[in-house]
Amino acid sequence: MPKPVTIRDNPSSHHITLQVNGLETTLRVPPWVSLLDALRDHLDLTGTKKGCDHGQCGACTVICDGDRILSCLTLAVMKDGARVTTIEGIGTEDRLHPLQQAFIDYDAFQCGYCTPGQICSGVAMLDAGHGESREEVKDLMSGNLCRCGANTNIIDAIMAVKEGKYE
Amino acid sequence: MNNFNYTKAESIDQAVSAVATQSEGQFIAGGTNLIDLWKYDLTHPEMLVDLNGLSELKAISELPDGGLRLGALVSNNATAYHPLVQERYPLLSRTILAGATAQIRNSATNGGNLLQRTRCYYFYDAASPCNKRNPGSGCPAITGHNRLHAILGESEHCIAVYPSDMSVALAALEATVRVTGPEGAREIPIADFHRLPGAEPARDNTLGAGELITSIDLPSTGFADHHSYLKLRDRNSYAFALVSVATGLEIEGGRIRNARIALGGVAHKPWRVPAAEAILVDKAPTPEAFAEAADLLLAGATGYGHNDFKIELARRAIIRNGMMALDPSTQRPGAQPSL
Repeated sequence: MPKPVTIRDNPSSHHITLQVNGLETTLRVPPWVSLLDALRDHLDLTGTKKGCDHGQCGACTVICDGDRILSCLTLAVMKDGARVTTIEGIGTEDRLHPLQQAFIDYDAFQCGYCTPGQICSGVAMLDAGHGESREEVKDLMSGNLCRCGANTNIIDAIMAVKEGKYE
Repeated sequence: MNNFNYTKAESIDQAVSAVATQSEGQFIAGGTNLIDLWKYDLTHPEMLVDLNGLSELKAISELPDGGLRLGALVSNNATAYHPLVQERYPLLSRTILAGATAQIRNSATNGGNLLQRTRCYYFYDAASPCNKRNPGSGCPAITGHNRLHAILGESEHCIAVYPSDMSVALAALEATVRVTGPEGAREIPIADFHRLPGAEPARDNTLGAGELITSIDLPSTGFADHHSYLKLRDRNSYAFALVSVATGLEIEGGRIRNARIALGGVAHKPWRVPAAEAILVDKAPTPEAFAEAADLLLAGATGYGHNDFKIELARRAIIRNGMMALDPSTQRPGAQPSL
């Protein structure tokens, strides 16, 4: 097995360019660094959360080239050249994304740890136009777990945006 | 979890030779299973060869014989939502959407779906013996916790099941897997792609060393009018099947002219029995007819304790799904059973 190495200065590191939240960002990462760790540890974008790190909880969901994906099961080097949107790139402090406002209005979070992933997941689903019924939306949001149990309110918030209440 | 080297393949030939010349070289496409296995210390790649630059593997295109070619690098979601797949192979679309989650389906590719490893608890626990992971070490599942495990086609060395939903529909559709390797290109019928464990449970499929899946080809018959995928699991979404059934029927004048039934969650590969399909031909599609087919599909089924229930569950699922196939419009999203 190769020797342990420090994260930032490694001879096997690759230069990659990501367009993160609209800003072109160049970084140097070893190939085994996940997109999640690159965002959090290299770019200090800690809004994206590490829950299980095994693709089971959805807390690390980001939007990559328009699709919601799990940043924990993606190597940063695989996304060289990609457009990545994290929770920091959705809405602004002055002007929340409609789904963020809906999460507040519908009390769609408690501890908040799953929330960035829930919102990225919900935004990408709405943008893709998927989920014709409440039942289908529940199925399509099942990759984002909420251990506080706010799921019903999360689906309420998404349905409110879907039904045009925030236009 | 080991460190590894990484290279981006610029052509199919370069990818194949890069993996063929590395003792622990592996292809990476979506990575959703491979990265997880690596994190659990179950696989130890020395070199990952990234296929994502191979644009020729990213298309869905029509074939001259009326079939459809699914590029190996097209994501599971892009396949499931593709208009031609939805129109002509709705069974495949529905089956893909019954698996994993939207996030995973956006990354996971068609080729990678065929290659996912079993979710046997003992295979996934690096501290356990497992003949699939460490040949000769034993199979604790046979006498241990085996709720997820096989009732058909298993061996004294391994009772793991193959977890893919998509492959169950591909088996029913009689897809062909096209591969390219160091010895050139070849085609493998889906029925011969996955294998039973026998004395070599470490081998999930019949791919040779360094062979790369380039596409999955669907024949023209898509069973668009009469089909259903029924997936029964411990929770209604984001869980692997305890038992699943893909059924495709062609019906003329109230009689079955052609039938396909493939089972998932019960064996080391999607399970089909040609005699069970032949017995349906010229019969009316009734619960009694599907019960006869179920008896043939499940002949010789064996339970190992925790999974004994699967034999009766599979029988009922085959009958129920046969009747559901008559009117696909009644089925709910995510291939959940209609209540």
